[in-house]
Amino acid sequence: MSDRSLQISEAPWAGAEVLRASGLVVDRDSSVALDGAGVTLYAGEIHALMGVNGAGKSTLVAALTGALPVVGGEIRLDGRALGRMTTTQASAAGIASVYQEASLCGNLSVAENIMIGQEARGRFGIDWPETHRVARRTLSRLGLDDLDSTTPVWALPVAERQLVAIARAVVHDPRVLVLDEPTSSLEPHEVERIFSVLAGIRARGAAVLFVSHILEQVFAVSDRVTVLREGRDVGTFETDDIDRAELISVMLGQDLDSLRMLGSGTRPHRQEPEGDPIYRTDKLGLRGAVAPVDIDLYRGEILGFAGLRGSGRTEFANVMTGSLRADTGEARIDGRVVKMRDPAQALRLRLGMVTEDAADDGLVTGLTVRQNIVLARQALRGWADPVGAAEADTLVEELTESLSIPADLIDEPVDRLSTGNRRRVALARILATRPRVLILDDPTRGADVAAKAAIERKIERLAGDGVAIVYISSEMEDVVRLSDRIAIFRDREKIAEVSSGPGLSVDTIVELIADDSHYDM
Amino acid sequence: MSTTTATPELKTEKSGNDVFRWLKLHIELLPTIAAVVIFVAMIAYGQIAYGGILQANTVSNLLINNAHLIILAVGLTFVILTGGIDLSVGAVIAFTSVLGVILMNQGWNPWLALGLMIVIGAAFGAVSGILIQYFNVQPFIATLAMMFLARGLASMLSTVPERLADDSPFLVLAENFKIIDGPKVNDLIITPGVIIAIIVVVAGFFVLHRTRLGRTVYAIGGSEQSAKLMGLPVAKTKLAIYIISGTLAGVASAIYTARLGSAQNITGIGWELDAIAATVIGGTLLTGGAGFVLGSVVGALVLGLMNVLITRDGGIPPEATTIITGGILLVFVLLQRGVLAKKRE
Repeated sequence: MSDRSLQISEAPWAGAEVLRASGLVVDRDSSVALDGAGVTLYAGEIHALMGVNGAGKSTLVAALTGALPVVGGEIRLDGRALGRMTTTQASAAGIASVYQEASLCGNLSVAENIMIGQEARGRFGIDWPETHRVARRTLSRLGLDDLDSTTPVWALPVAERQLVAIARAVVHDPRVLVLDEPTSSLEPHEVERIFSVLAGIRARGAAVLFVSHILEQVFAVSDRVTVLREGRDVGTFETDDIDRAELISVMLGQDLDSLRMLGSGTRPHRQEPEGDPIYRTDKLGLRGAVAPVDIDLYRGEILGFAGLRGSGRTEFANVMTGSLRADTGEARIDGRVVKMRDPAQALRLRLGMVTEDAADDGLVTGLTVRQNIVLARQALRGWADPVGAAEADTLVEELTESLSIPADLIDEPVDRLSTGNRRRVALARILATRPRVLILDDPTRGADVAAKAAIERKIERLAGDGVAIVYISSEMEDVVRLSDRIAIFRDREKIAEVSSGPGLSVDTIVELIADDSHYDM
Repeated sequence: MSTTTATPELKTEKSGNDVFRWLKLHIELLPTIAAVVIFVAMIAYGQIAYGGILQANTVSNLLINNAHLIILAVGLTFVILTGGIDLSVGAVIAFTSVLGVILMNQGWNPWLALGLMIVIGAAFGAVSGILIQYFNVQPFIATLAMMFLARGLASMLSTVPERLADDSPFLVLAENFKIIDGPKVNDLIITPGVIIAIIVVVAGFFVLHRTRLGRTVYAIGGSEQSAKLMGLPVAKTKLAIYIISGTLAGVASAIYTARLGSAQNITGIGWELDAIAATVIGGTLLTGGAGFVLGSVVGALVLGLMNVLITRDGGIPPEATTIITGGILLVFVLLQRGVLAKKRE
């Protein structure tokens, strides 16, 4: 670690300390999700909570708001220790929360979503005029007078729903407002409105904890930022004192120098694509998921997608295979325009994707490794033309061998396999469909060095056989090492494309991601 | 996603046509309005084609003959509003009514027996609710199990009609009280059973629209997950609605038993489905979250009036009744689909 990246801000904040959480330990699904994480919030600040996926952001939020029980550590609100609490008790104590997908009831009106469970009541039950009045007062306090309190929430755009959720949280002037990625599916101009509302709440003296993985938003809105990594808080910084590259290195847990050093040992890259692209996208995008992207993908090349989680890289891959349906632009395969409707159609066009969660949702549980692989081939071919026993044997043998899936596991149900082996079976399933384009989303996640090397060799071999490969990974050095070209994603946008080669290092990519000039917010 | 594109449009229409905009935002009212229109049309048609629909004794009979269905429909409105279903109410009626009559014939105080009938109904609802809420059983299966249980218990008690003594004080529930003494038999008549049904409807309306329990019912129907995250008492509420449905089945049972003066284990077969049909025709979305008690009342009356019209017509075989019910139901379910599609747009 370099010294600079761990300059923890010790300076007392202008406001009084409102909430201090320290040493929190939380178990989730029988594994430790938080292992000594903490955060301190002062009155009148917007405090960002950052970290890569799996760092424990959502778990910390759940612990602070009482949604998950805390096994160790303590939470103090205004100096008082809070014991085990439910979400209701947390909000009564003054910790209000707004979740990622605004959790509202679309069938109810704006006023009711704000007030339900806390309606004004009179002698004849709920006093509707008074309830609406309180709701309108809360909205106007946030500068949201233009929202009609009688409109049903289903008729509102996503951004306004998020504002309603915030209004609900602040009816009783909470001490702490926790927002879990409130802006992750919003457009920049909508984000601005949320931010101005948050600034208003800060001005009223509340502490706002804002969870995000979008760097620019953190820099735009927050006063301080706490970074989580692997279930611990690894640093709190004044936002003005830290630059983007430093923040990224703290999030990734590698200091800048080591980020720069990696990226050696790249394979010989192809500089000149052959022939026409197999897959070409022209301003292909989906509102709220990824801005329109142009990509050319050639036979036998590895195109890397670099970017942090949530940068749009996975979203775009899903748009490419139709698991998210694009709403702008077009995709061409071999020059013919295709409308990607679903992954099944993508498979018929011989376009396969191994998703991040393939170990969990890319397999038919209950079936054996062999059955899973044969089923994939059979499903592609249709039931009229059964896969014969001999063909099935060859297929299974070939694939398990080349992916080094142990032979004694072939007739085991996939649920008994380790995550690493399940991921390989998921890859084998896709390979059984003989894809011409193969998209791999973080295929080496959680793999040890040897397994990783095996997977990378397999990918190189596939490319050598002429398969066009999209390689997505958080490990930037892997992307640099493996790819012929790299598309860089940030904040749901492709911001650059670079050719790989001796001149390219991880550093370049980190700088491109951190660079301000691409952003126009 | 696409709601965003719809909004500016809604805003510009505000100046142009307020009524249209309001309707667009409250499109879930459409099925209920359609039910009212159909009801009125049926009355008009019946009055013109056969005559004698808009007269006191027809109206009285319609209410008296359908009081139990109205009560069941109120209970099912609560359940369906949350996106659930209760298939047990018909069988619960059979069991409680056979049990009640047997006990009364054995000399039980009729009001004590009445109380027991209602408590047993509530207990069946509570068991369904617990199965659904705490054992994660699907409402369809949990209440199906309760249906078989109740039907079986009724058959174990007796398989022949159990007649209530003619002088039983219990029969007062079905006693006719003349409100308006019209010419000949054309009187406006009301029974305590009808009054109870009206009280149930008013109470149902009050609970759904003026209490937190009621609003939580709507919230659960809108999104159970959101309701939980909003800190609403989802578990308690879901338990409550099945208890309400079971309790109202007990009440309906008492009123029906008093009207008939006897009870049998095969009573109430398919009534749960009639009540569901009434609720759906009255505009309650099967997916939950939208609907009205008063709509369900209209739905029940549409079904009742349909029977009257078929009888009056004479040309339509009574066997065709279910086909017509099915047809109407289908139209309304399709209307619901349309409403949901419009909302998603």
